Amino acid sequence: MTPLNDPLLDIRDLTVSYRTGGRALDALRGVSLRVARGQTYGLVGESGSGKSTLALAVMQYLPAEGAVTGGAITFDGRDLLAHSRADLRHLWGRELALVPQDPFTALNPALRIGEQLAEGLRLYEGLNEEEGNARAVDLLRTVRLPDPERAAGSYPHQLSGGQQQRVLIALALSGRPKLLVLDEPTTALDVTTEAAVLDLVAGLTRAAGASALYVTHNLGVVAGRTERVAVLYASELVEDAPTADLFRQPLHPYTRGLLDSLPRPGQRKDRQRLSGIEGRIPPLDALPPGCVFEPRCPLAVDRCRSERPALDEPVPGRHVRCHRWPEILAGDVSAARAPQAALPLPLATGESVLRLDDVTVQYPLRRTAVEALRGESKKAVHAVGGVSLSVNKGRTLGIVGESGSGKTSLARAIVGLVDRTGGDIDLLGLRLPPRLSDRGRAVLAQLQMVFQNPEEALNPYLTVGESLSRPLVTLLNLGRGEARQRAPDLLEAVRLPRTYAARRPAQLSGGEKQRVAIARAFAAHPDLLVADEPVSSLDVSVQANILNLLNDLQREHDSTTVFISHDIAVVAYLSDEVAVMYLGGLMETGPAAALFRPPHHPYTEALLSAIPVPDPAAIQSAIRLEGEVPSAVNVPSGCPFHTRCPRKIGAVCETETPPWQTGTDGKRIFCHIPLSELAAEQAGGGEKWEE
Amino acid sequence: MLTYTLPRLGFLLLTVVVTSLLVFVIAQVLPGDVCRVILGREAGAARVAACRLDLRLDDPAPVRYLRWLADFARGDWGDSYASGVPIRPLVLERLRMSLMLAGITFAVAVPLAVALGVLAAVNRGNWLDNLISLGSLAVVGLPEFVTGILLIELVAFRVPGLPASSSIAVGTPFREALPALALPALTATLVLLAYIARLTRAGVVEELKQNYVRTAELKGLPRLTVLVKHVLRNALLPTITVVAISAGWLVSGLVVIENVFNYPGLGRLLVFAIDRRDLPVLQAIVMLSVVAFALANLAADLLYAALNPRIRVGE
Repeated sequence: MTPLNDPLLDIRDLTVSYRTGGRALDALRGVSLRVARGQTYGLVGESGSGKSTLALAVMQYLPAEGAVTGGAITFDGRDLLAHSRADLRHLWGRELALVPQDPFTALNPALRIGEQLAEGLRLYEGLNEEEGNARAVDLLRTVRLPDPERAAGSYPHQLSGGQQQRVLIALALSGRPKLLVLDEPTTALDVTTEAAVLDLVAGLTRAAGASALYVTHNLGVVAGRTERVAVLYASELVEDAPTADLFRQPLHPYTRGLLDSLPRPGQRKDRQRLSGIEGRIPPLDALPPGCVFEPRCPLAVDRCRSERPALDEPVPGRHVRCHRWPEILAGDVSAARAPQAALPLPLATGESVLRLDDVTVQYPLRRTAVEALRGESKKAVHAVGGVSLSVNKGRTLGIVGESGSGKTSLARAIVGLVDRTGGDIDLLGLRLPPRLSDRGRAVLAQLQMVFQNPEEALNPYLTVGESLSRPLVTLLNLGRGEARQRAPDLLEAVRLPRTYAARRPAQLSGGEKQRVAIARAFAAHPDLLVADEPVSSLDVSVQANILNLLNDLQREHDSTTVFISHDIAVVAYLSDEVAVMYLGGLMETGPAAALFRPPHHPYTEALLSAIPVPDPAAIQSAIRLEGEVPSAVNVPSGCPFHTRCPRKIGAVCETETPPWQTGTDGKRIFCHIPLSELAAEQAGGGEKWEE
Repeated sequence: MLTYTLPRLGFLLLTVVVTSLLVFVIAQVLPGDVCRVILGREAGAARVAACRLDLRLDDPAPVRYLRWLADFARGDWGDSYASGVPIRPLVLERLRMSLMLAGITFAVAVPLAVALGVLAAVNRGNWLDNLISLGSLAVVGLPEFVTGILLIELVAFRVPGLPASSSIAVGTPFREALPALALPALTATLVLLAYIARLTRAGVVEELKQNYVRTAELKGLPRLTVLVKHVLRNALLPTITVVAISAGWLVSGLVVIENVFNYPGLGRLLVFAIDRRDLPVLQAIVMLSVVAFALANLAADLLYAALNPRIRVGE
């Protein structure tokens, strides 16, 4: 019997409906999927695609208002839909296990980690208290948690997010399940942590012979780690194929759009624009009558508007739901947009817009009464420690780092939202006071910020027009009436319909809200825009459009940008200069064009190696960081990265502050290892990035 | 844990001292001369002056305050103006009576209310939840003197062995006092029940939505284990504070109920002392209530920390 004749999980024509406000909306429509024994399957879709609903339906743990209204789910030869809650309790943990999305809330805050593992083990294997605890420690060791004994005795809040996610993986594996459902298992984690956790899961499922269903919005995550990938869009399965085939030749225009939305390593804004997908995912109560992707599809024809395409099988083992697959397969048409050359870069004038000199930001910690009595000195979180940088007019400085690197504190110090504790910041040659309240109106107009979360950046009670007219009134001294009239112009500048001025934020999608926030930031023609993770909460298809927009507006306004992100691929695409931060300090600076060429700072190397590349054939050097980012209260001596550095050379890294070494291409690297040596050791990993 | 407890102990002391000051000031600004109250309207000026001298009422206020506080702390609570008997044994006897009533109410009301709240929460939306929610809403709207009188009318006159009046002798042993305690305790229970049950229900409903409940369920644990071991621990945290404050209220706040049933607790004595302008007795009772409330709050804080590792165990 071939594996597919006896699949572990067989989903047939599954429809799941949610009942809201007296109506039933289909979150999944006629989805079919078969996971073979031992197979790893990727399930990709953006927010609102129904991917999490599918994960919960497989677990048979849909919320009360959701129900399977059609189709069948067969698991290991048994009809899952016929299982009662009591029957399911015997499957959960033992045969079917879930690794959830958000590790911070998925563990019980009031129970020790060891007990949360052991209670399941006692149930599955009939172990006594002592055996259960011992096995719990073993499991924590299996997921490579440092000091598993201590971790077992800890409470969830004492662990980092990455460690909590490892605990949840240990938990999911503890009952030796046949199928592991991973619902966005690494979305809440840093990139280097994400890579390590994904490698771990892949290794452990392979070793256990279990099947895995990876649910994710990130094609890059499934590329090297799954055998097959299914793509969901607006409640429907639009494409399903072996991973290598899907990436080599996507047959659905949506899949093609997703792949093209991600900046490829080495792709730069001056050479090629990103191609996102225009428009937004349709709401469940207003699905188009024909193909669900038709309104956003570059290849849509009349037939697509009226007739819903069937799920065809163009090639054995590949499925696609598109009227035009024969032409796409034959290569007659392509959804890939012709590479659009970007405008040439403006000539650098060499005029410095922003200059940071030895900027530090510290947050003092309160001493407890007992600590004060013991005579302990006051402590502080050293968020930013002595950063010096400069950006010239018309240029983009990208600052990249993981959570805790101090990049957001630095952005806030520039804008004046936190007081810097030391150093100077000059804007257009003038010294900026630390406090926002000490800066004049003119400075506010010159220096604007775009925040990470567009959901919180707009006042929900104001219309979009009102939000946009405020900076015009306060910063440009326009009259209220005139400001109202100008608001639609600002919307047009960010490629939104003028009629949006009358809408409220709740009526906009996340990407549209971020466009409004960007319009507001550009309203007063700032000289400097500080954008703090402006695309990290957006879907990849939207992300590309926002990045293009930022780039266009910068040229139109001839403004300067500080762009902050944890995503080194995005930073490399959009920036002219890149600064890599770790634990409050700079590790490396240099031109973005040279970022992917060795020599790299060992930390930059790890960041590059952790990029999820949407290409299963890409051979990435697997540099994985061990351990956790140290506390910013006690920054390690010598090189702050020495506790995790895979290239640490010895005691010198722990005791001596590394020198700033300058390379031939303008790169500056904060490391004890000579650049020539770094370049030689990293040579193998670098070439693959080049086009 | 020490860093958590020490400031709270200090805060408790501060609360007691500040309230003692308030109590003293209020007693001072009350109209009327204490000696007139003691001696009656017809007493001559000479007797009043002698009385004032005797009670050292003409000393400056701060001196009198400190003297009172020091005496109180040492256990010398003075004599009642009205009856001349020493206050300490008088008040402590009544405190014992109040504690009996509080204890039995607490022991019945809290487990019952928590059980009802949990029952309503796990059945949320169906008839049992509606019944419990509606019932508790109805009871919480009734003032305790109405509930008390209704209970006397409905229960005491129909069930043999349950007296309508609970005026028993001060110092009656617990076992003998039980029949007299039943109706006042039931009245107080009804007051507390609705409040605690609704709070518990809200806490459990909120916790049931948390992701860790899904994790626990998907481990395959039995429903009851998930509820008791995982949910209740977290859901009862907000309830604990309210339960502790109710404990303070039960010890010294049952003024109305004790009067409806003629039960000789601190509340009855309080009304009696106000009637007679018996200031030292009044001060002693108020100080005791404050200490009871403060201790109940401290107990709540410590219990909260004990059940919540985010407070007990730092980062």
